[in-house]
Amino acid sequence: MKKKGLSKVDLIFETIDAKVVLEKAFSMTSEEIIQQILESSLKGRGGAGFPTGLKWKYTAAEKDPEKYVICNADEGEPGTFKDREILDRASYKVYGGMAIAGRAMGAKKGYIYLRGEYRFLLPQLYLELHKFHKMIAEIGYDFSIEYRMGSGAYICGEESALFESIEGRRGEPRNKPPYPTSSGLFNKPTSINNVETLVTAMMIIAKGAQEYVKLGTKDSRGSKVFSVSGDTPVPGIFELELGMTVQEFVTEFGDGDTKAVQVGGASGFCVPRKKFADTIIGFEGVPTGGSMKLFNSSRSMYNVLHNYLEFFSEESCGQCTPCRVGCQQLLKGIEMVKKGEAKSTYLYELVKLADTMKVASKCGLGQSVGNAFKSIVENFREEVIY
Amino acid sequence: MITLKINDHEVKVEEGTTILTAAKNLGINIPTLCNHADLCVAGNCRVCVVEQKGARTLVASCATPVSEGMDIQTNSLKVRNARKHIVELLLSEHRADCTKCYKNQKCELQTLANEYSFGEHIFLDLVGNHEYTVDRSSPSFIKDDSKCIRCQRCVRTCSQLQHVSAIAVANKGSHMKISSFHDRPMSHVVCTNCGQCVNRCPTGALTEKTYIDQVWDAIYDPDKHVVVQTAPAVRVGLGEDLGYDPGERVTGKMVTALRQLGFDSVLDTDFTADLTIIEEGTELLTRLKKVLLEGDKNTALPMFTSCSPGWIKFIEHKYPQMLPNLSTCKSPQQMFGALAKTFFAQKRNIDPAKVVSVSIMPCTAKKYEADRPEMRSSGYKDIDFVLTTRELAVMIKQAGIDFRSLEESPYDSIMGTSTGAAVIFGATGGVMEAALRTAYELVTGKPVPFKNLNITPVRGMEGVKEATIKIEGTIEEWRFLEGAELKVAIAHGLVNANKLARAVSTGKATYHFIEIMACPGGCLGGGGQPIPTNAAIRQKRMEAIYAEDMHMDIRKSHENPEIVAIYNEFLEKPNGHKSHELLHTHYVSREAY
Repeated sequence: MKKKGLSKVDLIFETIDAKVVLEKAFSMTSEEIIQQILESSLKGRGGAGFPTGLKWKYTAAEKDPEKYVICNADEGEPGTFKDREILDRASYKVYGGMAIAGRAMGAKKGYIYLRGEYRFLLPQLYLELHKFHKMIAEIGYDFSIEYRMGSGAYICGEESALFESIEGRRGEPRNKPPYPTSSGLFNKPTSINNVETLVTAMMIIAKGAQEYVKLGTKDSRGSKVFSVSGDTPVPGIFELELGMTVQEFVTEFGDGDTKAVQVGGASGFCVPRKKFADTIIGFEGVPTGGSMKLFNSSRSMYNVLHNYLEFFSEESCGQCTPCRVGCQQLLKGIEMVKKGEAKSTYLYELVKLADTMKVASKCGLGQSVGNAFKSIVENFREEVIY
Repeated sequence: MITLKINDHEVKVEEGTTILTAAKNLGINIPTLCNHADLCVAGNCRVCVVEQKGARTLVASCATPVSEGMDIQTNSLKVRNARKHIVELLLSEHRADCTKCYKNQKCELQTLANEYSFGEHIFLDLVGNHEYTVDRSSPSFIKDDSKCIRCQRCVRTCSQLQHVSAIAVANKGSHMKISSFHDRPMSHVVCTNCGQCVNRCPTGALTEKTYIDQVWDAIYDPDKHVVVQTAPAVRVGLGEDLGYDPGERVTGKMVTALRQLGFDSVLDTDFTADLTIIEEGTELLTRLKKVLLEGDKNTALPMFTSCSPGWIKFIEHKYPQMLPNLSTCKSPQQMFGALAKTFFAQKRNIDPAKVVSVSIMPCTAKKYEADRPEMRSSGYKDIDFVLTTRELAVMIKQAGIDFRSLEESPYDSIMGTSTGAAVIFGATGGVMEAALRTAYELVTGKPVPFKNLNITPVRGMEGVKEATIKIEGTIEEWRFLEGAELKVAIAHGLVNANKLARAVSTGKATYHFIEIMACPGGCLGGGGQPIPTNAAIRQKRMEAIYAEDMHMDIRKSHENPEIVAIYNEFLEKPNGHKSHELLHTHYVSREAY
C-alpha cells in the first residue's frame, strides 16, 4: 500500500460557478451521475464511510415517485466543526450537491437538518438558499430545499433518529432493515448525506471522477476537511489529501509533545505515540469524520476518557439497553477503579462490556462507544488505573 | 417463501417473518422482553439478539425480517455473552427487591435473571445513582420508576392501542425515563386508568393498586356484612391465574371459592348488567322518540354506552363536547353498589353502614370509577373496594384453597340471578347484543330476528363494527319506528373508540347507538385480567363468554325474574325517579392534556 505524505488541497472551499456545474449535471442521466460518483470511490464524509455512489444507486432503484435528499448538518461529534465552516463559506455548493443527488435518484425535495447550535448561521444560509432556488428556476429544474432545526441531541445525527426528529417525534434510531434508501424520511426512499459529502459530490461532477481519484489512496480516495483541535499551535479547518499517517499529521499540527491523537471524536479511536508512524488516517487505518484532537503529555487520558463517557451517558438516546446502561457502567466502572474501590482487573470486564455494546447496540452510537474506550484503556491503562 | 438456516436447521417461512418467529416455528425459543404480541416491534431491549453469519453486529431477532440464505445462530458463545451482559445491565438499573415486590415470581426480568444471571453480578449497582419516583396518585395503579427497564411496552400500549399517550419517554441517556406530561402525577394527566400498560409491564414498575388487605380486614370484621359482586369477564379469565388454560369457564368454582374466602353474600354484577340493559335500552328508546317523533333538538344522538370507566374518562378529556351523547346510566358495577347499600340492605334487613361492598373486576379503571365523587348515591361510598381478577386469584392462593377440587355452586339471591344477555357484557359487542335483544322485543313484541338470539354481526374482534337492524312489526306505542333502520356501531380499544368518536363529532358518521369498551376485546381483555393477555388469549376468553351465554336458561335481560321483581318492589319503572337517583349519573369535562 502506497503511503502518501501530507498535502493541502482546496476543493471544498474553491469558488466555482454553480450554475455551470448544475447545468452539466442536469444534462447527464441519473445513471451517468451515479457512475461518476461510483468511479470516484467517494465514501460518506460524516464518519461511517458508506460508499456514496451505492447509496444514490439504491435510492434511484426504488420505484416510489416520492423520494428525499437529506443533508445531515447535525454536526455533533466532539471536536468536529468543519460542516459549520463549509455551510458558512460554501453553502451554495451544499445546495448544488443536493440538487445533483436529487437528479441522480429522482427526488424533488431536500431537507437540511441543521444542528441547533448553528441557528446563528440561518440568515445567511436563507439568503444563499433564496439565490439557489432562483438559479434552479432559471435553469428550469424542479428541486427545492427546506431547513429543519435540531435541538441539541447528539443522537439526531444518526440517520434514522434524524428522520424521526424531522417527522416530529422523539429522536430515536429505528430498526434496520429497512434502510433509508428504501424507507427513510416519511417512510419514503431517502438518501442522507453529510454536508461535506454533498459538496465533494458536486466537485466530482465539476471536475470528473478521473481527476478526483488522483487524490488519496485505494481505500480512501480524495481529500477531506479536518477539524484540528486540542494541543496544537494551529487549531482550525484544513483540507488535506487522504492517505497520510498520524505521524505526518502530528509533525504538521503537533506542539512537539503530542502523546496521543483522538481520531474521529468521541466515537473514534485514540492513537498513541508509538503507533503514529504505522497508522494511516483513512478507511485502511483510523477513519474519521474530520475530528482530530491532539493531546500532549500534560493531559490525563483518564480525564479524556471520563469526559467522553460522560458525554455518551448524556447523549445516548436511552432506548436500547447496551448503550443506555452500558455507558453508565463504563463511566462508573472507571471511576471505581480510579478510586481503588474496584480492582484494576475490573477493566477487563469493562472491555468485554464494550465489546458487547459494539455488537448488540441498536445504532452506531452505542456500537462506537467501545472504540474510544478500548483504545484508551488498552494504550493508557496505567493512566486510567493510577 | 424464504429459506434460511437457524442453528443449522433449514426452515422455510413466509417473506416478512421475523427471525424470532421463524425460530419459534422450529421450536427454538429466543428470550424477549420488550416484545409483545399486541404491540409494534421496538427492538430496544436487545435480549433477543442472535448471530447472523457475515453480519458485522448481532441482530435483534424480533426486529429483523428473514432473508434468503440467512444463517442464524441463536445460542453461540457471542450471543450468550451478549445476552448475559444485557440481562445483567438491566438488573443493574432495576431495584431488585424481589421478595417484597408485588410481581415476585410473575416478573419477566426475574425469569431471565434466573436463566442468565445467577451468582455474583458482574456490574455495579446503578439504582443509587438515580432519584426515582414512586407515583401512587392513581387509585388504580402504582408506577414505580425504580423497577422500570425502559422497554417501552407501556408507552406503545398507551399510544398504539389506546390513543391516549398519558405516558411517554422523557429525557435521554442515563436520565431517560417513562414519564407523563410535565412529570405530573398520573392522577392529573389524561390517563384513563385502563391498566393496559399494567397488564403489559414485564416487571413491577406498573402494578395495580391492591386492596387485598383491606378486603381481608372487612371479611374478618364480625360487624361487617361483606357483599361481593363478580363481573362477567372474571369468570372466563380467573382460571388462567389458577393453572387452567385460557378459555376455561370457572363460574361455579369461583362462587364456591368466594364463599370459602368468607364473603357474606356472593352476588353477581351480571344482575345489574341486566338492569343496565333495561335502563339504557329505555333511555335509547326515549331518545329516539324525542328526536324522531317529537323533533327535539336538545336530545343527543347517537347514544354512547357508559359501562366502561376508561372510555368515560377518555371522552371527558378528549371529546367533552359529546358528553350529552353518553348514556346517563351508571356502569353495572356502580348500579350494583348503589343498590347493595339501599335495596339489598333493606331486603336483608342489614344496616347499610355495615355493608362493605367489594367488586371483582377485569379492570383497573373500576378502582378509579368507585372513587369518583358521583358514586355515593346510596349515602355511602357505593363500592368500597375493587379487586382485579388477578387480585382475586392471589386471595384464593393465600387462603390455601385447592381451586380445581372445588364443587360448583350458584350465586346467592337476591341480586345474584342473571341472564345470558348479561354475561356477554364481557365481550366487545356484548352490550349492544344484549340491548338489541331487549329493545327489539320491547318495540315489536317479538324476539330479534337472529338464529338462537345470536346477533353475529356485532360479535368478533374487528376494531370497529357496524350493523343495521330493520325494525318491523312494531307495537302501537312504537309505531313511529316502523320500518326504521337502527344503525349501530361498536368499538373496542380506545384507538378504535377514537376513530368512531371523531367520525361522530365531525358529522362523518350517523348512528343511533354506539357501544364502546376501552380495552381491546372488551372487558375480557381488561387491564385487570391475568397476564399475559394477547389476541390469541382474548379469542379464547371470548369463545368462553359466548359459551356461557348459550349455557344460560334465560338469555334476555327483561326476562330476568329478579329484574322484574326489583321494578315491582323498589324501582317502580325504568328511568323512573328512583332509577335516576340511584342508577344514573353525570359526567365532567376535563382538560385535554
